[in-house]
Amino acid sequence: MTMLTRGVATRTRRTVLGIGALAVAGAGFAIATQARAEALNVVCWGGAYTKSQQEAYYTPWEELTGHTINSIDYDGNVAPVKAQVESGNVTWDVVDVELSDAIKLCDEGLVEVLPLEDLPPAPDGTPAAEDFIEGTLHDCAVASIVWTNIYAYDETKFPDEKPSTIADLFDVDTFPGKRGLRRFAKANLEMALMADGVPAADVYDVLSTPEGVDRAFAVLDRVKDHVVWWEAGAQPPQMLADGEVVMATAYNGRMFNAMAVENKPFKIVWDGQVWDMDLFVIPKGAPNKTLAWEFIKFATATEQLARQAEWISYGPARASSVPLIGTHAEAGIEMGPHMPTAPENFQNALQNDFLWWADHADEMNERFNAWLAQ
Amino acid sequence: MADATPLAPAGPPADDILRTRDGVPLKTTLRRVTRRQRLIALGLVMPLLVFIVVTFLAPIGMMLLRAVDNPVLQTQIPRTVALLASDWDGQGPPDERIFATLAEEMIQQYKAREIARVGTRLNYEQSGLRSLITKTARTIARRGTPPWKETFVAIDDRWGDAKTWGIIRQASSRYTPSFFLAAVDLRLDWRGDVVAQPEEKRIYGLMFGRTLWISALVTALCLALGFPLACLLASLPLRQSNLLMILVLLPFWTSLLVRTTAWIVLLQTEGVINDLLVWIGMLSDEGRIQMIYNQTGTIIAMTHILLPFMVLPIYSVMKTIPPTHMRAARSLGATPARAFREVYLPQTLPGVGAGAILVFILSVGYYITPALVGGRTGEMISNLIAYHMQKSLNWGLAAALGALLLAAVLVLYWLYNRLIGIDKMKFG
Amino acid sequence: MSGLPSYATPLERLWYVAFRVICALILLFLIMPLLVIVPLSFNAEPYFTFTEGMVSLDPDAYSVRWYQDIWRNEQWIHSMKNSVIVGLCATLLATTLGTLAALGLSRAHMPARTLVMGLLISPMIVPLIITAAGMYFFYSHVGLAQTLPGIILAHTALGTPFVVITVTATLSGFDHTLIRASSSLGATPTHTFFHITMPLIMPGMISGALFAFITSFDEVVVVLFLAGFEERTIPRQMWAGIREQISPTILAVATLLIGMSALLLVSLELLRRRGERLRGLSPG
Repeated sequence: MTMLTRGVATRTRRTVLGIGALAVAGAGFAIATQARAEALNVVCWGGAYTKSQQEAYYTPWEELTGHTINSIDYDGNVAPVKAQVESGNVTWDVVDVELSDAIKLCDEGLVEVLPLEDLPPAPDGTPAAEDFIEGTLHDCAVASIVWTNIYAYDETKFPDEKPSTIADLFDVDTFPGKRGLRRFAKANLEMALMADGVPAADVYDVLSTPEGVDRAFAVLDRVKDHVVWWEAGAQPPQMLADGEVVMATAYNGRMFNAMAVENKPFKIVWDGQVWDMDLFVIPKGAPNKTLAWEFIKFATATEQLARQAEWISYGPARASSVPLIGTHAEAGIEMGPHMPTAPENFQNALQNDFLWWADHADEMNERFNAWLAQ
Repeated sequence: MADATPLAPAGPPADDILRTRDGVPLKTTLRRVTRRQRLIALGLVMPLLVFIVVTFLAPIGMMLLRAVDNPVLQTQIPRTVALLASDWDGQGPPDERIFATLAEEMIQQYKAREIARVGTRLNYEQSGLRSLITKTARTIARRGTPPWKETFVAIDDRWGDAKTWGIIRQASSRYTPSFFLAAVDLRLDWRGDVVAQPEEKRIYGLMFGRTLWISALVTALCLALGFPLACLLASLPLRQSNLLMILVLLPFWTSLLVRTTAWIVLLQTEGVINDLLVWIGMLSDEGRIQMIYNQTGTIIAMTHILLPFMVLPIYSVMKTIPPTHMRAARSLGATPARAFREVYLPQTLPGVGAGAILVFILSVGYYITPALVGGRTGEMISNLIAYHMQKSLNWGLAAALGALLLAAVLVLYWLYNRLIGIDKMKFG
Repeated sequence: MSGLPSYATPLERLWYVAFRVICALILLFLIMPLLVIVPLSFNAEPYFTFTEGMVSLDPDAYSVRWYQDIWRNEQWIHSMKNSVIVGLCATLLATTLGTLAALGLSRAHMPARTLVMGLLISPMIVPLIITAAGMYFFYSHVGLAQTLPGIILAHTALGTPFVVITVTATLSGFDHTLIRASSSLGATPTHTFFHITMPLIMPGMISGALFAFITSFDEVVVVLFLAGFEERTIPRQMWAGIREQISPTILAVATLLIGMSALLLVSLELLRRRGERLRGLSPG
């Protein structure tokens, strides 16, 4: 089916896709189709990432069910979810959030608990609970993608020796020039420790001690005066392209997009990547709760997850999607080697520890902000 | 009118009170008329007053209340809170009864999926308590048995520490000073004493200081640039000064974002000014200056944006100073410098005061420009308020910081009103 | 002080020249950023700096492609619509409420005038971030967050102080005997208002309205908190552009906005002259 899907024109592909989706999802959609056309407000991160969801989830869903999707962009700030639920005026139906936010919202009762047993099985009949990669299903959230924090550099700025390890990001003597870093404690602290020689497996143990935190900040101190801070995912590729920085941390999919689609001379360094996932949640009391859940079931089915990976280099959360991933829909590049989880990229990789961050986010961000301001 | 005084005698009354023709005492009539006038005036003002109170003042008041509001522990674990307050001496862990009550309430909250609210609240006081609460609740909800004290301590020995309980008691009051304390880099320790935050976490004092410093500097720069300009404008003939005034008013009327964009275009490392300096050979291509995304950027852009607010009030005061005063001083033998210092300058002070306070008030609350061009060192207290509103979701702290900022602005505003009078505020 | 007296010393002459040069530099500082944006918005290349072609005035180095971009971009068009709708509605509301209040405030018997005035102009004093935060909770609570009416109400509140202040200022020079004359001649209060008061305070009302409009049109902090994606206004769109991806299209929009403020400036100036002529303060 993959070969067929890849070979034929878009229209046919959508039909095939629709049939595939119908086949795996069962009767739920039939009911949804009969109902009056309704609009879902789906909130996502914007840019290349939202486009990939548009192509892989929204458009097929609209064609299949006749319902519409209002795509809303946000910058990962979940305050509106809290405000909407607290005030009882919920306007968002589905939100794409990071893991630590998903856990936090779920713990505080701000998002719906999901009947995970309803998720469609893989095409070969493997139940969803086994098909989803370990740690990607949570009481209130279903993951769609695995993404990672990497850093990339502008190849034209380093004609001779090129950065290759996470330590090089913090080495301004060997690799001079401005760095772009995310203005947030998360991932920066982990990368700093790995750059200082802490093995990925020990990073959070070290960070749990006051000396470990001091050590991470000491590494950040080395580059403090050479950093341009970014907040939105679209910024780092732009900063590299403008020549404002010579290397920048980024979400890997954004960098991939700049390289593959816009042909920028950037190179990703996978060493010391900190990977995380994005999950769908439904704010408590969402106006179209039932339909929102139908949408999540549809979007996280094997076929749709594989399609998304053809628009952006984020790994699908289902094992059964991986063999279905083909080439990039526009650039025609084989996607496999660009996945964060590809074996050669996954050598020195660290999973973001959401439990650690749930406990320490306030403290670390406070300290990070204080460090920034000084 | 006659109905109001049905018993009034027909003829002129015997007393010597002034009356209107229908016999009502003049005082009463006057009072009635005044009352009617007052009602009309109030009636005209009332729609806007109600509108402002409902859509503006009340929302802000309610938001500021969050700075002291602390309902979480009292609503989620009310009985534990009450017992801790009455039956615990603060020495060592409390007795089994309190443990049992907390266990019961935790299980109940765990099932309602609201226990993490307690954890989040306590985590503001002490990092790590969030996971302690969720972990404990999860464990005891699944397989918890009395005696609870042993069970709790077996899950985590922090439950055997008086400090943990002290923090819970501390965080359980219905209204709390802890957000305000946090906003000035202080905190309550578990015994209830006010102590300073550890050095690496002190930020708000620094940021308030920086906000005041940037505002003062911007005010000073505006004064330094605005005063001579106003002088020139006031001394030129009307036709010429009107023409030059356009150069002041056009930026004044132009969108804040347009002006901020303009400064980004001019100041960035690949921007117009750096390009120009490289082109004329003053800089090497590698030596481009960082003029934006730092404090310099904030100060330059804000000075530009606020300069008209300084020029206009000074100009309007200078316009009222008769030029003959200076000429008189000169003819009486004063040097130009002395005539300026002793005759002209004192008369401009009301304008200078008005402009300076206005610029200072406006800069203290600036958010957009620092956020766009301030980078790491050029941000101000407003940016931190936005951070706590949108990112950390610590709305209590955001409200406390906001209340302090508002207090500062109100004091300045009061000063402005005392010195200049709010009705004197003019635009354009 | 214009022109130098004949008794000026050489030092004074030097200072006279220096002073003018300094003032010219200050004026340049004020106006240069706006002037730089305009030609750059016609840059044919997607850069924010002058290309060699532009400096040598090569016509090929200039283009209107960024302006075409605005018209082709649905988001910009949508945000312009929003800005205009919000701006007009907020101005209308603010002018009506503000003018009524100013009429009340300038009556002789207004009780607690200072207090009321202080409350009415508070939206101008409170830092915007605090206003935005407060409104964010309140408007979420009543279901007005992420709706155009919510933003209109918020901007009305922000715009009224300007109307109150300008109309009050106009009324301070207002001859109240005119009203008494009108009513003694048998006119009803409504008739008096529309035929006597309003024409006289019109310049104040219009300049207040212009201020209210520009306040709404330029406001971004409250919009950042209150607006969803659908309710984006021009400044909100610019904010996103500057934060994430500063494209030359922003310079084109900026140029259009500069043109608009120039227009506003001219109309205000005309109004001021008309007002002065009406009140007999200047020969016009």
